[in-house]
Amino acid sequence: MTTTTSRTALAKPAKPATRRRPFNPRRAGAWALLILAIAVSVLPFLWVLRTALSTNNALATNASSLLPAEFTFGAFKRVFGLQTPAEAVAEGGSGAAIDFWIYLRNSIVFSSITTAGAVFFSAMAAYAFARLRWKGRNAVFSLFLGTMLVPPIFTALPNFLLIKNLDLLNTMLGMVLPYLFMTPFAIFFLRQFFLNMSREVEEAAMLDGAKHLRIFFQIVLPNAAAPIATLALLTFIGQWNEYFWPLLVGSQDDVRVLQVGLGVFKSQSPQGAPDWSGLMAATLVSALPVLVLFAAFGKKIVNSIGFSGIK
Amino acid sequence: MTTLTRNPSSREQNPKRTLLNRKLPGTRSDVRIALFFIAPAMIGFVLFYLVPTVRGIYLSFTEYNILGDPEWIGLENYQAIAKDPLFWNSLAVTGQYVVLNIALQTTLALGLALLMHQVAKSTIIRGALLLPYLMSNVIAALLWFWMLDYQIGVVNQFIEWAGLPRAAFFGSEEWAIPTQALINTWRHMGYTALLIFAGLQSIPGHVYEVAKLDGASAWQTFRKITIPLLRPVLVLVLVVTVIGSFQVFDTVAVTTGGGPVNATRVIQYYIYQRAFTESDFGYGSAIAVILFLILALVAFIQMKFLKGNESDLD
Repeated sequence: MTTTTSRTALAKPAKPATRRRPFNPRRAGAWALLILAIAVSVLPFLWVLRTALSTNNALATNASSLLPAEFTFGAFKRVFGLQTPAEAVAEGGSGAAIDFWIYLRNSIVFSSITTAGAVFFSAMAAYAFARLRWKGRNAVFSLFLGTMLVPPIFTALPNFLLIKNLDLLNTMLGMVLPYLFMTPFAIFFLRQFFLNMSREVEEAAMLDGAKHLRIFFQIVLPNAAAPIATLALLTFIGQWNEYFWPLLVGSQDDVRVLQVGLGVFKSQSPQGAPDWSGLMAATLVSALPVLVLFAAFGKKIVNSIGFSGIK
Repeated sequence: MTTLTRNPSSREQNPKRTLLNRKLPGTRSDVRIALFFIAPAMIGFVLFYLVPTVRGIYLSFTEYNILGDPEWIGLENYQAIAKDPLFWNSLAVTGQYVVLNIALQTTLALGLALLMHQVAKSTIIRGALLLPYLMSNVIAALLWFWMLDYQIGVVNQFIEWAGLPRAAFFGSEEWAIPTQALINTWRHMGYTALLIFAGLQSIPGHVYEVAKLDGASAWQTFRKITIPLLRPVLVLVLVVTVIGSFQVFDTVAVTTGGGPVNATRVIQYYIYQRAFTESDFGYGSAIAVILFLILALVAFIQMKFLKGNESDLD
């Protein structure tokens, strides 16, 4: 977080200098490369949109037209199960029942619950690590941090067995449990912030006889609202994009999330003639919530990427 | 990860904090209330991190097909793995992937970070470059699966216009792994660039001014100042990206499913197949233990030989 402030401070005085600079071929070359990189990053999304608004038949003959080939919303209707199987097949779909509404709902539930739980409980733990004094505090903190080094696949197998033994396979509870209580990154991130927060208000409150619980809820949490929001945003996006665990535990339709649904949709495509426009429409639907969050809070997200942003 | 967050303010506060605390009534240990605050996180830690880690190691010494109980078989899984051509293939394929992915990604990201540092520091540009990273692996995979399609993919259209033969990016054994590496490079390039860019921002400007006064060329400045001062950041970025790269799974699972033949059966996909398709949890766990050891070793070697925890600035 500290780097952010120094960055803006550095950038400001440089501005007037750039305006006065005459044409410089090296700068022009640098800009050209940068624009190329931006194009490579962003243009594929426009291509996805163009494909999603085309019909499959027209795509095959018009493979390189920049605009949608035979403009239609058919692919989106297909993805949300609004077409009859006959209509779907006529437009190049597989005809298999697909309803991304359910997946969208599941993704929202899964990401929201895990984000709320992980951020809140991690904030509590971070408070204990940053503000309370107890024996073994640093050892426990190191142990928590150490879990960042264990590859997720390694714990995924035993966790799957645990969820299976608890009879929670294909339930939302089974899907959210491993993420619900904490993430090592969230604890590390918030502890770091709490340590840098001024203690004066808290100490004054404590002299007035306030208990830790009140201090945590009425002073620490409100004061840390900004970093907690950033953390929640990053956690939500991460959870939204989670694939491996939901694939293992939530394979049935009523708990399947979008990312897993996308994979299933892709494998339903009839061999030889995949339902490209449907697949790209589904991809856009899956990307949309993150795109909206990014449009609204892009600056927050971008500025959070620094050393404290490493997962 | 902690080492690189420089927080001068926390250092300044330290002495003050203890002084203030000493005057307060609450200087005794807060064990009871701490236990309350840490309880939920502790439950999660023990149930879903600590116990599974121990259990994973235990399972690797057993034969376990989900039905019934795990049966202790000592080192048999590891002996079988040593003779398993599919395991060695997965190791080779993953290694090939990691080398391609990391080399491309780090070079491009370093270049982008330097470009941003020189000409444009705006949030919008950084945001545009970050966009692919915010998309899931599945989305990145499908997007390129479409654009790289052999028949009507737009990339193959370009290739044909250039007068070259169309490439079966996912369907041919020679292209399958480079294609996976390219997709993940596309997704991570901007993010890695932003991490390096943040590192560049932390190099004090006066170092460059001195170099300029001494008449250093741009290349000399880059070689003798930027790279050495950036080294701790680069090492950290390398450690994190290499570890992530070894665990490639999503893009493979969605596009090629390990094929064609065994061309993209990377380690994590092989673990997944052994454990979940073939219900061989003992064997899968044993490969996972090996993967864990490889990652620990790789991180250790990188930190030791690239001296990631020492800065040249001090």
